[in-house]
Amino acid sequence: MTQLITLVLSILIVGFVIWWFFGHREEEAVQANVADGTQQVDIVVDGGYSPSTVVLKQGQPANLIFERKDPSNCLEQVTFADFGINEFLPQKEKHAISIDTSKFGEYDFACGMNMFHGKVVVR
Amino acid sequence: MSYTKRFYITLILSIPMLGQMVLMPFHLMMPAYNWVALITTTIIMLVAALPFWQSGWAAFKHHNANMDTLVAIGTFVSYFYSVFAMMTNREVYFESAAFITVFVLLGQVFEERMRNNASNAVEKLVQLQASDAEVLRDNAFVRVPLEEVVSGDVIRVKPGEKIPVDGVIVSGTTTIDEAMVTGESLPVAKGVDDSVIGSTMNTTGTVTFKATKVGEETLLAQIVEMVKRAQTSHAPIQKLTDKISNIFVPIVLIVAVLAFDIWYVLLGATAVHALLFAVAVIVIACPCALGLATPTALMVGTARSAKMGVLIKSGEVLEAVNKIDTIVFDKTGTLTKGTPEVTDIVGDEAKLLRIAASLEEQSEHPLASAILDRAKQQQIKVTIPTNFQAVEGKGVQAELFGQHVFVGNEKLAINAQISERLKAQMTALQKAAKTVVVVGENDTVIGLIAIQDVARENAKVTIGQLKDQGLRTVMLTGDNANVARAIATQIGIDDVIADVLPGEKADHIKQLQQSHRVAFVGDGINDALALSTADVGIAMGAGTDIAIESGGIVLVKNDLQGVVRALAISHKTFNRIKLNLFWALFYNVIGIPIAAGVFVGVGLTLSPEFSGLAMALSSISVVGSSLLLNKAKIVDDPALSTK
Repeated sequence: MTQLITLVLSILIVGFVIWWFFGHREEEAVQANVADGTQQVDIVVDGGYSPSTVVLKQGQPANLIFERKDPSNCLEQVTFADFGINEFLPQKEKHAISIDTSKFGEYDFACGMNMFHGKVVVR
Repeated sequence: MSYTKRFYITLILSIPMLGQMVLMPFHLMMPAYNWVALITTTIIMLVAALPFWQSGWAAFKHHNANMDTLVAIGTFVSYFYSVFAMMTNREVYFESAAFITVFVLLGQVFEERMRNNASNAVEKLVQLQASDAEVLRDNAFVRVPLEEVVSGDVIRVKPGEKIPVDGVIVSGTTTIDEAMVTGESLPVAKGVDDSVIGSTMNTTGTVTFKATKVGEETLLAQIVEMVKRAQTSHAPIQKLTDKISNIFVPIVLIVAVLAFDIWYVLLGATAVHALLFAVAVIVIACPCALGLATPTALMVGTARSAKMGVLIKSGEVLEAVNKIDTIVFDKTGTLTKGTPEVTDIVGDEAKLLRIAASLEEQSEHPLASAILDRAKQQQIKVTIPTNFQAVEGKGVQAELFGQHVFVGNEKLAINAQISERLKAQMTALQKAAKTVVVVGENDTVIGLIAIQDVARENAKVTIGQLKDQGLRTVMLTGDNANVARAIATQIGIDDVIADVLPGEKADHIKQLQQSHRVAFVGDGINDALALSTADVGIAMGAGTDIAIESGGIVLVKNDLQGVVRALAISHKTFNRIKLNLFWALFYNVIGIPIAAGVFVGVGLTLSPEFSGLAMALSSISVVGSSLLLNKAKIVDDPALSTK
């Protein structure tokens, strides 16, 4: 009997893992605020990037303000492969990274090991 | 709290449990062991494991999972099961929870140090800069901070000081050690009109120079920027592992559940034993090793090559280098010195030089300067011609003293009269690998000027080394076939494509690409299109203007040996990436079944704490393997590699 309950529970757990991690989810894109002619978006780094998709206007200087709350060294580095940016994010501090918005496109960013992902869309 | 601090606290607190482990085989039991273990492990969990739980939970909320998730589940399950077991008088496993934490932190501390080591190289390059400069202001030299130096400033540098920015010497002579930027090991002698590179070391004399490039524009700043980009770039080979690491952790969780079920439900093991197998699976799995395999090797490889004066643009280029089978060289300035000299003049020397020099003064052709140099030596005055006209790929023509004159290659003289004697001499000169310029007046060739651009000293050695690596070598040149062949034979090139117009270089590369993977070596300025057409473009020694856009690889030093070095370091780095990826995959593929108890039959099992140790060692070994690239042997000294 316990065996049967265990089996049912296991199937439920596996099902949950698949649904939770692999299920398709719509990401919410966040538009930048504009202050003094500079676009600015706050990104909280805690178990991922929130927001993970940021929309910037083309041709206007932009800053992404990263604030790392997560203690893990998994997220301590943020890299933008297209811009050659690889910066250390100090924990519990705001860290601004300026983005070159001169060209249209989608630019991915990720943690140092490419496990967590985010995206900057320049329109 | 830093990883290091967490590690030491955890280590000290786990000493009692370590002691008990040693006493175990002697059947000795520490008094009140369970209570000691409960208290120390609880503190360890609060101080050292809680941050893993926090990160794991934060990631979980974002539908993400990473190494922290695995460590969190492993420690959480072992700890709370042990608390439950203690309350219900069963066997406890506090040491598992504690040791997993110790080992994981140990791994992280080492990994962090090694990663800093790997990424430090760029900062070291920036630190090469001088902090101030002695600048001429109001007729006196004053020291100003580097940031205040602007283009056009006249700067004085004494022996033992660093050249602050890029520029051109206006007075004085000296020798400069440029090793830090170009990889050139011998100091270089410099005089008036020679260019100097910022951040290099002035050794013997005092010079003043005019700043031409400051701040972001200096060669060093550009090198730093290029290396930074290369280090954050991705290699195509990574795509598979990126896909794997995205689904890796959830898969491991599922495997752990399956392992539990198989042991508990199918094989009838106790729930505790089944749980230990499941925890071991979760702890041994190491997504970090996969994630670190490529970036750390790229970081070390690109920084090491930058130190040798070889700039590799990206991981993509690195991977492409490994597939090439043909290497094409532009002849002039690449295989040869690029500064041709007049060797023979057939005909009335003064007249020929006067016509040629007058016409060529307008031209930017590399052969023009050879003629002008010779005319200057002979003190021949030039006259400005009228109706000047350049004929692409052929030469120039104009009116001079009322006569129609032309200077160029044989194609230009195709309709002109030429005596048999001159024809014979032209062939003889061409056979000797000399470029022959015909000088004509009113549709008659009146003389020949032979110019030779001699091969670089190390061209033969370099070509030999490339052929030893199994590469087919090809020379591409605008010269005629005779000249090209002579040089090719002299230095041992396999194939020659001659009579190529400047605009056709890229087309020839394309043709070769139909059946080969092609690397093209040329100078970054004139060969931009060919460089970007080839699978790998190697731009050579463009001085302080590194043509970042055109070449996948840029050689800072104007030295052919750089090609061999570039290929060698690319091969080494790419092989290291492959080795790392293989090891990271292999480790997980073997480690997870062992932890799951697949090999119990042959007596091979791993407790959760040793699984933790294995995990820590696997990511350390990947970073360590990347750092070893710094020690890998690269053909550095041409003198050493000659047989």
